[in-house]
Amino acid sequence: MKRRVTRSILYVLLIAAAMFYLMPIYVLLVTSFKSFQEVNLATMWRLPSGIYVDNFAAAFEKLAPNLYNSLSLSVTATILSAILGSLNGYVLSKWKFRGSDLLFTTMLFGMFIPYQSILIPLVRFMQTIGLYGKLWGLVLVHVIYSIPITTLIFRNYYASVPTEMVEAAHIDGAGLLGIYRYVMLPLAIPSFVVVIIWQFTSIWNEFLFAVTLTSPSFWPVTVALQNLAGSQIVEWNVQMAGAFLAALPTLLIYVFLGRFFLRGLMAGALKG
Amino acid sequence: MSIRKDRLLAIILISPSVLAIAIFVYGFIAWTARAAVSAWEGLLPDYTFVGFSNFATLLRDPRFRIDMRNTAIFTCLFLGACLSIGLILAILLDQRARGEGLFRNIYLFPMAISFIVTGVVWRWLLNPATAVERLSGINLLFHQAGLDFLISKWYTHPKLGIAAIVIPATWQMSGFTMALYLAGVRSIPDELREAARVDGASELQIYRHIVLPMLKAVTLSAVIILGHISLKIFDLVMAITQEGGQGYSADVPALNMWYTTFRALRFARGSAIAIVILLTIAVLTVPYLLYTMRTEVER
Repeated sequence: MKRRVTRSILYVLLIAAAMFYLMPIYVLLVTSFKSFQEVNLATMWRLPSGIYVDNFAAAFEKLAPNLYNSLSLSVTATILSAILGSLNGYVLSKWKFRGSDLLFTTMLFGMFIPYQSILIPLVRFMQTIGLYGKLWGLVLVHVIYSIPITTLIFRNYYASVPTEMVEAAHIDGAGLLGIYRYVMLPLAIPSFVVVIIWQFTSIWNEFLFAVTLTSPSFWPVTVALQNLAGSQIVEWNVQMAGAFLAALPTLLIYVFLGRFFLRGLMAGALKG
Repeated sequence: MSIRKDRLLAIILISPSVLAIAIFVYGFIAWTARAAVSAWEGLLPDYTFVGFSNFATLLRDPRFRIDMRNTAIFTCLFLGACLSIGLILAILLDQRARGEGLFRNIYLFPMAISFIVTGVVWRWLLNPATAVERLSGINLLFHQAGLDFLISKWYTHPKLGIAAIVIPATWQMSGFTMALYLAGVRSIPDELREAARVDGASELQIYRHIVLPMLKAVTLSAVIILGHISLKIFDLVMAITQEGGQGYSADVPALNMWYTTFRALRFARGSAIAIVILLTIAVLTVPYLLYTMRTEVER
């Protein structure tokens, strides 16, 4: 009897907490699926009378170019930074030289700085090389400031590969690049998955660099959404639908690849 | 290929990254520090050395004082809320409830979404309008439940506006804290708890004397991670309040830095704020990082 009471309390608490976490998503969804006619702040919490896509259509019309910017930005920067990180991690774990551990530590510090502290020089630099305002500039910035985290994940992974395997490949005549290509790369697939998911999610969600470094035609979806939300002209229901569109890619990744996401999270929690 | 050539190639392979970090992290921090002691206002840089006068001006600036106060309040409340909610949820989930995986995923999913997206939703949930006919969001829920005394001006409250931002921030990060704690709880060997049970300890005593003391390291990492987030929080505040609420009621240093630099074009002052943010975070993280990196590199 006592056990049943405590079990019930347990579930009541768990469900109450779940409701708190789902509340914003509930509002987001019911608002997004209402028709223009039934959207009203006073009935915000009510379910829609049916499934309408008016709000989504309006939001998509406004955000489509930005969703595309975000997609090309995130895909390009993710691939480049994964390749770079895997090479760095390989060298720093299997081709150590004098001072390489210290070098690694020095590089890692780049992960823990608040990006405000490099933002002004960064803007000046991008203006000088002519990439200020452009999407390629933002790609470059994401690749560079991802070096510490991607290097860290790959280095820790490669460090767990037995050195005997590298030596055996070496005796068989493979050089630095051959060992990377035929031994390390195939082994590192799980790390690539973790890094790619982590990088894609954080670059898609990033705001500070994007709002500072891009001009309106290259705005990623986070900046465009913030701008939409700040304008008095766009209705709040369209803003909500826009927020849903912007959240969808990373939400899907979380739902289907959540366990890899969590691993990146543990490694990257301190970044920027 | 000879091994010496390979060693050279290894160094060539990582040198672009090393160079990039040297310039974009260390070089740029030095550049910001230099700008912070300059007279740079407007689009053209002016590196006339003015000593620490920018910092002195900041200390006297009412807005920056509000920012510092807000950061202190925000950090305390945010840490307290995340740690306690995270720990409670982890202990609840540790009771082998049915559907544990589902609950865990629900608590953790806000982490996957951008602060800007959640900011849009929370802006409407925390709608500060208090007139009955204009109520919406959570205020509307309170009104409909007959709890009108709870109706709040949220982030526009002149004294406690910043505390309203703690709600969405906790919503976003407490699940992550739960995951940290749950991993910690699960790493405690079952034998240890079993032995205590055999000795006649109650479940409460087991948590009090065995589980909690073993979670100290987890708590420390959580404090560092959450503190790091709270000292530089920017996106969420901008998404909810645009420019920091009413009379800077929810303003924070990172937001101030951004508007001062890129809207008001006061680059020297913006750099000084950036350096202050960097230093407050360094005080928190550097000792911890030096310690963990030593163990990391030794592995």
